[in-house]
Amino acid sequence: MLSTYQYPRYDYVLPPELSGAAPKRYPVVVVGAGPVGLAAAIDLAQSGVPVVVLDDDNTVSVGSRGVCYAKRTLEVLDRLGLGQACVDKGVSWNVGRTFLQEEEVYHFNLLPQADHQRPGMINLQQYYLEEYEIRRARELPNIDLRFCSKVTSVEPQGDGAVVQVEMPDGSYTLQTDWLIVADGARSSIRRMMNLEIDGKVFQDRFLIADVVMKADFPLERWFWFDPPFHRGQSVLLHRQADHVYRIDFQLGWQADPEEEKKPENVIPRIRAMLGDDRPFELEWVSVYTFQCRRMNDFAHGRVLFVGDAAHQVSPFGARGANSGIQDTDNLCWKLKLVIEGRAPASLLDSYAAERECAADENILNSTRSTDFITPKSKTSLVFRNAVLDLARDHAFARALVNSGRLSVPTILTESALNTPDAETFAGDMVPGAPLDDAPVRANGQDSWLLRQLGGRFAVLVIANAALDAAATDALHQLAQHPLAPEVVLVTAPGVTHTTPWRVLEDSAGRVAERLDARHGTCYLLRPDQHVAARMRHADAKRLLNALARATANPEVEAR
Amino acid sequence: MPAPSLNLQPNFHEEGKRYFRAFTPGDDFYEALIETHRDLSDEQSAIVNAKLVLLLSNHIGDLAVLKEAMAIARKDAT
Repeated sequence: MLSTYQYPRYDYVLPPELSGAAPKRYPVVVVGAGPVGLAAAIDLAQSGVPVVVLDDDNTVSVGSRGVCYAKRTLEVLDRLGLGQACVDKGVSWNVGRTFLQEEEVYHFNLLPQADHQRPGMINLQQYYLEEYEIRRARELPNIDLRFCSKVTSVEPQGDGAVVQVEMPDGSYTLQTDWLIVADGARSSIRRMMNLEIDGKVFQDRFLIADVVMKADFPLERWFWFDPPFHRGQSVLLHRQADHVYRIDFQLGWQADPEEEKKPENVIPRIRAMLGDDRPFELEWVSVYTFQCRRMNDFAHGRVLFVGDAAHQVSPFGARGANSGIQDTDNLCWKLKLVIEGRAPASLLDSYAAERECAADENILNSTRSTDFITPKSKTSLVFRNAVLDLARDHAFARALVNSGRLSVPTILTESALNTPDAETFAGDMVPGAPLDDAPVRANGQDSWLLRQLGGRFAVLVIANAALDAAATDALHQLAQHPLAPEVVLVTAPGVTHTTPWRVLEDSAGRVAERLDARHGTCYLLRPDQHVAARMRHADAKRLLNALARATANPEVEAR
Repeated sequence: MPAPSLNLQPNFHEEGKRYFRAFTPGDDFYEALIETHRDLSDEQSAIVNAKLVLLLSNHIGDLAVLKEAMAIARKDAT
């Protein structure tokens, strides 16, 4: 088979434990250098927390595997310093089309709104994402990347965990205050700790073929129910980087995975789809089944589970790697505050609660997609086909066509960290929502709102004129808080301020529009850019209490 | 007042529930519909479907609307 990608080999270095150094205790160890473990390591390290990463391999993902990275994930990757590399290499898209036989019955646009920096989705082979993450990790002096390092036992303790590591040169013991487990769907640490993961297995098999070809398919996701080239089953087509196309063929439960993987069986399927004359080469083939399941608790004392180790979904909707990276976005700022003693350990309960809720939403949506794509009973199939038939002519039925509800971030409306609104706001930027992006000007340069925020608490204040004395005083009090939230003013174009605070110009008016904001409105934002609280007028007591609540600290009295 | 006609636009909703994603109310309905048939034989499901049509038809009541739906449902069947 052809290879468009050269797999890097990362050399391992002998760790101090095997070079005679005295045993050392580490603040954080991450197990697993996949897309999720590396995101956690980069996030912590760039905020000043040293991290050791253990991985049993010495290269990136073998095969393209996870190929769809959603807008919210790109925004997180931007904060980690690698969003642009992914977007530059990947294929950006927003439109998905669903066909019944040869006819289009439904299409969706992931990003119907203008003025967002990132597209609804990019397609990029997982090995590129991991390569960029490793490159970024190596720029950070406080990440200790240990390849060829297999964890053979984990012993959780009240104040951390003891980890046994096996390398080609020998074994050693490592002690850590916190252990982040990102070792994937078949997590060996989950098994070592005898932790259950419950859910359901779907009785269907899918063939993935990565095909290299010159083709002029539009940059869209195409999904077929019952196409003429693959009768009675579904097919999904995505374009990735380097002229590689990902094709998923539904095979049914009876298919023999080993037989189906053979090029002599794969090639005719692709030939039938493309027509006879187009040249192509196979790059990678795999047959998969899947399950939707999650652990009951993502946090076990000082052992924290993220990504596929904690939860798995069907691939329809690209909710796997995307939700894993969002786990780390949620976890890392909380862990940093706890490590630094600026928040109680109970803040991490909110990691588990918020991301368990997100996992449930992802499992619900991907299960529904799977049930639509692979109906389990004759009646279910009849309903599915009736929906597809009606979808040709009727809008209500198009809304029911479910070929995958693609990854969007969970709005954490039930989070204990939120301060409920006391005033009325329109729109979706409720407490718990990740902030919408919008164009801004910063220091006279065009930029984006989300690029200007994140990594620390911020209070965004709409100031279309001078703020009154009470608001100014409240913001000064907030800025002096030990958690050091940054005050950022947002002004209408042309308004100038004399202020010690950073000023962003709402160059297209989208910030005010999307936040339903008017002069004086302020939003308290978490380091992961989720809304913690909002109010029409900056009030010291309300802001300080909202900040306390968002960090699981006791509420305070304003002076 | 114009005579009511069959609503063919997305119309699923639930009292007191706020939706952030347009696909959610329809998916909520569809899951409930499929769940209604869980573990039933094909014959049992056919009876359940017939009862559902009767119940919903009575709820709608307006024969003009029902006849419109019947015509659309029957289209392409023969």
